[in-house]
Amino acid sequence: MNLRSFRTAAWLGWKIESNWTDPFLFAVYSIIKPLAGAAILVVMYSVITKGDFAAPLFPYIYLGNAFYMYVGAVMTGVSWAIIDDREHYRTLKYMYVAPIRIPLYLIGRAVARFLTGSFSVLITIVFGALFLHVPIEAAQVDWLLFSVSLLMGVVLLALMGLTLAGVTLLLARHSDYLGDAVAGGLYLFSGAVFPLDVLPAWLRPIGYAMPITYWLELLRRSLVGSVAQAFPTLANLSNGQLLAILGGMIALAAVVAVITFRWCDHQARERGYIDRTTNY
Amino acid sequence: MSADYSIETESLGRVYRLRENKKKKGQPHELVALSGINLQVQRGELFGLLGPNGAGKTTLIKILTTLLAPSSGWAKVAGYDVHRETVKVRPLINMVSGGESSGYGLLTVRENLWMFSQFYGMQSAEAYKYIDELLATFGLTDRANTKSADLSTGLRQKMNIIRGFMTGPEVLFLDEPTLGLDVGASRDVRGFVRRWINEDPRRTLLLTTHTMVEADELCDRVAIINRGKVLACDTPAALKHELQQEAIFNLDVSAQNRLEAAHFETLPGVHKVQLTPFDGHSQLQFILAEEAVLSAVVNTLTERDVTILNLTKREPTLEDVFVTLVGRSMAEEEKAGSNGNGH
Ligand SMILES: Nc1ncnc2c1ncn2[C@@H]1O[C@H](COP(=O)(O)OP(=O)(O)O)[C@@H](O)[C@H]1O
Ligand SMILES: [Mg+2]
Repeated sequence: MNLRSFRTAAWLGWKIESNWTDPFLFAVYSIIKPLAGAAILVVMYSVITKGDFAAPLFPYIYLGNAFYMYVGAVMTGVSWAIIDDREHYRTLKYMYVAPIRIPLYLIGRAVARFLTGSFSVLITIVFGALFLHVPIEAAQVDWLLFSVSLLMGVVLLALMGLTLAGVTLLLARHSDYLGDAVAGGLYLFSGAVFPLDVLPAWLRPIGYAMPITYWLELLRRSLVGSVAQAFPTLANLSNGQLLAILGGMIALAAVVAVITFRWCDHQARERGYIDRTTNY
Repeated sequence: MSADYSIETESLGRVYRLRENKKKKGQPHELVALSGINLQVQRGELFGLLGPNGAGKTTLIKILTTLLAPSSGWAKVAGYDVHRETVKVRPLINMVSGGESSGYGLLTVRENLWMFSQFYGMQSAEAYKYIDELLATFGLTDRANTKSADLSTGLRQKMNIIRGFMTGPEVLFLDEPTLGLDVGASRDVRGFVRRWINEDPRRTLLLTTHTMVEADELCDRVAIINRGKVLACDTPAALKHELQQEAIFNLDVSAQNRLEAAHFETLPGVHKVQLTPFDGHSQLQFILAEEAVLSAVVNTLTERDVTILNLTKREPTLEDVFVTLVGRSMAEEEKAGSNGNGH
């Protein structure tokens, strides 16, 4: 029954995500949007470094930015379902009355965003490898490390999304921006667009406390091993150590997610927020 | 034995904390939506909650369907505590609110319904069969593959009602199911509600309404609720029987001078007067302690130069029951409520 409702939630998420009158436009949009994002980054990089695309910083930034798309897709995908169902479709109360596990339902709703997000990431990376000399060679890639890291990252982001979903339950107004705000805030502190060494020393601990930092590093190492050596940030940690740290942080994220969601869920029922709508 | 009750509440209360409002200083910061609710609904009953807007009906339904925590007391549905045992309660219930347009507009009617059947663990084939049956019953067959966004609000509400019945709940909650529906659709819904409850003695249905006729004609038992309190609870016949001693008259009169209800309220034996002015004439409704009081009323009318156009004696209705309990009609009560504690 849990599996069935998860599948159904994923089906609903897909229906909503692909609700374009023209499938062709949907496909074009799915390609254009990530490439446009990457293009902005490439232009900025080119201006700042005067076109030094051979430096290891370029693949570092390019890949960090590409994989960071998962953060918006999965984490906000999970929490967005709360707002969407409560405010837009007015069905959140019916989901709550139904005998489903709400966290599982929310994660199911995000599956579609994970899939379209994966497509965006793939397009961006292929484009980078083909046209921007991002040094990825299939034979050099550590596929096992890549798969394990990617999977761990998805679990991590789903758990973070659940925490965010709990908080969203309690925020009626303007919670639309919460997901974006969190994703945007973490962007600067996760080594996505610049290594943590660039940050002032007193801000770096934030980056080290951020599981996404280790996740992105693992993904970069699995795809382009050489990049990691260029930056001192995490250079003295082995892949195994990075995996262990990430695993520990995921366990912690799971505890935080369960406690936060339960508490917020309880509070939402105390305060009568399950079916509260904001009238703009 | 509490296990025999489908729905049971004891001293159930709910207080809403209102947010600070700088513009309206001096307003209370808490709103008592329900207090001291004791209800026992038997398995197999079609139970009605009758009360004006703001009485607390929706609040009670939200508590019984696990959406809202009570502030005091407890409630059980199908034998389980709705606050502590939500996981046990939810598979056994379902809920529909009228007068709103919920649902996934991008899905077809059939897809919307199928999706919810999956959340209740129904087999797809079996679900489709039942969905199609219900769509036919509610006259929605030709809309089965219409996106629900393209339905009128009335048809959307019917879809929603089907969603409630479809999952085979033991206890079904309908919050103003006919609100916003036209006369024909309301009749269809009432007819189905009655048949559904008669079909299987294990089923229980609680509906709220602020339509007197709906409570009177449809429900096995009715609780009259106002300002968060249950004022009376019995079969419609028994509730009206309380007023058997009283005599209820409708008078159409035409008056030269202004008439006021106050002119009659002081007469001994007049329990309640309601005056409704129309173009050129007025309607007076009297609840009198006994028929003999009528002569005093007629005398007063004559003294005031009032011509009686029409006089009818009628049977008591639930509206009269409400008026005797509260001292004013449901419509008056709604007006008073919205002036007092802000909506
Ligand atoms: N979420 C809420 N916050 C504050 N007050 C509320 C809330 N919901 C309902 N109320 C108030 O509680 C009272 C009962 O409301 P409700 O249960 O909706 O009544 P009904 O369904 O009988 O119209 C009303 O005065 C209403 O304004
Ligand atoms: Mg209501």
